[in-house]
Amino acid sequence: MIQTAPTCLSFKDLTLGYKSHPAVHHLSGDLRKGSLTAVVGANGSGKSTLLKGIVGLLKPISGRVARAPGLKIAYLPQRSEIDPTFPAQLRDLVGLGLWPKRGLLGRRRPEDEAALSEALRAVGLAGFERRALDTLSGGQLQRALFARTILQEADLILLDEPFNAVDSRTISDLMGQILRWRDEGRTVMAVIHDLELVRAQFPEALLMARRPVAWGPTREVLRAENLLKARRFSEAWDDAAPWCAPDFDAEAAHGRDHDHAHDHDHRGAA
Amino acid sequence: MIALLHEILIQPFAEFAFMRRALLGSLLLALSACPVGVFLMLRGMSLAGDAMAHAILPGAAAGFLLYGLEILPMTVGGLIAGALVALGAGAVSRLTIQKEDASMAAFYLISLALGVCLISLRGSSVDLSNVLFGAVLALNDEALRLISGICATTLIALAVFWRALAADSLDPLFLRSVSKIGAPAHFIFLGLAVLNMVGGFQALGTLLSVGLMMLPAAAARFWASRLFPMAALAVGIGMVSSYAGLLLSYHLEWPSGPAIVLSAGAVYLLSLIAGPRGLISTHLRARSHRSA
Repeated sequence: MIQTAPTCLSFKDLTLGYKSHPAVHHLSGDLRKGSLTAVVGANGSGKSTLLKGIVGLLKPISGRVARAPGLKIAYLPQRSEIDPTFPAQLRDLVGLGLWPKRGLLGRRRPEDEAALSEALRAVGLAGFERRALDTLSGGQLQRALFARTILQEADLILLDEPFNAVDSRTISDLMGQILRWRDEGRTVMAVIHDLELVRAQFPEALLMARRPVAWGPTREVLRAENLLKARRFSEAWDDAAPWCAPDFDAEAAHGRDHDHAHDHDHRGAA
Repeated sequence: MIALLHEILIQPFAEFAFMRRALLGSLLLALSACPVGVFLMLRGMSLAGDAMAHAILPGAAAGFLLYGLEILPMTVGGLIAGALVALGAGAVSRLTIQKEDASMAAFYLISLALGVCLISLRGSSVDLSNVLFGAVLALNDEALRLISGICATTLIALAVFWRALAADSLDPLFLRSVSKIGAPAHFIFLGLAVLNMVGGFQALGTLLSVGLMMLPAAAARFWASRLFPMAALAVGIGMVSSYAGLLLSYHLEWPSGPAIVLSAGAVYLLSLIAGPRGLISTHLRARSHRSA
């Protein structure tokens, strides 16, 4: 069924990492348009790195991410760099989501204000437009960032641990928004730690352990043997790790854009 | 009474052309430098601005030593030195793990030491105090034209890049995820900061030009809760400080540059105490609270 639907992203033997130590190792596969996928795995398993690679904040060490033409991506990072003391009101922060539409110089239109209010209503912050940023709680800030993501009207929405440090009511409200995005035909990929939530709400899952362990229907992916397999992969950053050798991932080492047999330096392979 | 007020507040400017020129020059500087100061502060670069101002000194001194007390060579020299330091430090922080404050300090110290060596090659000079502390009362047409040009350039560039600078200060990671304009906007902004310090050094001197930039911005922070009102208020504070400083300088014979910066400093201290985000109201708010 995955083959028949149009794809939104294709990973072509994608390796991402920092200083030639891969955090996402040889990921291949397609992300189906309109799918709702949870990315699961232990800390340090490469989930955040993968999202950064998709959005283009991190250049691949090798391989690539092929995006559908004209694909608009929204990205909500795990640890935002928002300065809470910045002199701004909630509408200023949420209004950043109009950037893809209005850009640097485009004038804000009346319908933008309406869309902003509507987005705030959707996340349960109706009437909070003029609240100062430094008066918001963590949950309210996360709701505001969801409202900003709504305004971006993206085709692919990437959420990195969106439910960190928010209460259960906020989680259920924001989960409702994720399902609405799915109903609107948008593709959503979210890093989620709560496996119960993943089983209940996410039809598909990608289990990471610095390389893909399993990807497909959630029930299959989250089987005990897969989780055990994921746990076995070390998450240590090993400075002395050997260069990725052909027998490490024996299948189809040929034809990749770097040479496994000789000096396998990811730095030179981009 | 009216006559006395007129004599104190207006007479100096009505009577003396040099006072009018000083007022025009410093009002233009306030209009231009104060919004830049607001962004410097919001980007956590208040001290980096100070460092940049110091970095301008050797360039201006080099121009002075080569061509004498001429505005153009000193301005160009200061611009080159300031731009090298600002861009160098900005590039280091964007391209390596080192943060901007550290790279800025490194570059400005190198620049400062180089400048002192340059000066010592030609021996000391009394005129150099003009470079250090400015001569707002001696602004000629050429200097006023330069300040006007800097003011116009700054206002246009800020209007164009306002949204990018605001977004890059508020949530840089978000801006990077939707646009590649963050880095160029940052460098353009650093260029504006240097330009305004160079514009200010003839009036206020290299050491004090950053004062008219940062103090009104820091004072406005205690009053405003949104970016644009804050920038507008900073401009207003800068203008009032310029006017008050020139009057103090005229009546009390204080040096004009320090008098302007001290006036801004007085507004800062007042705002710190009495502003709605200042000490008193923050302290009072902590004791009383609403029922819900």
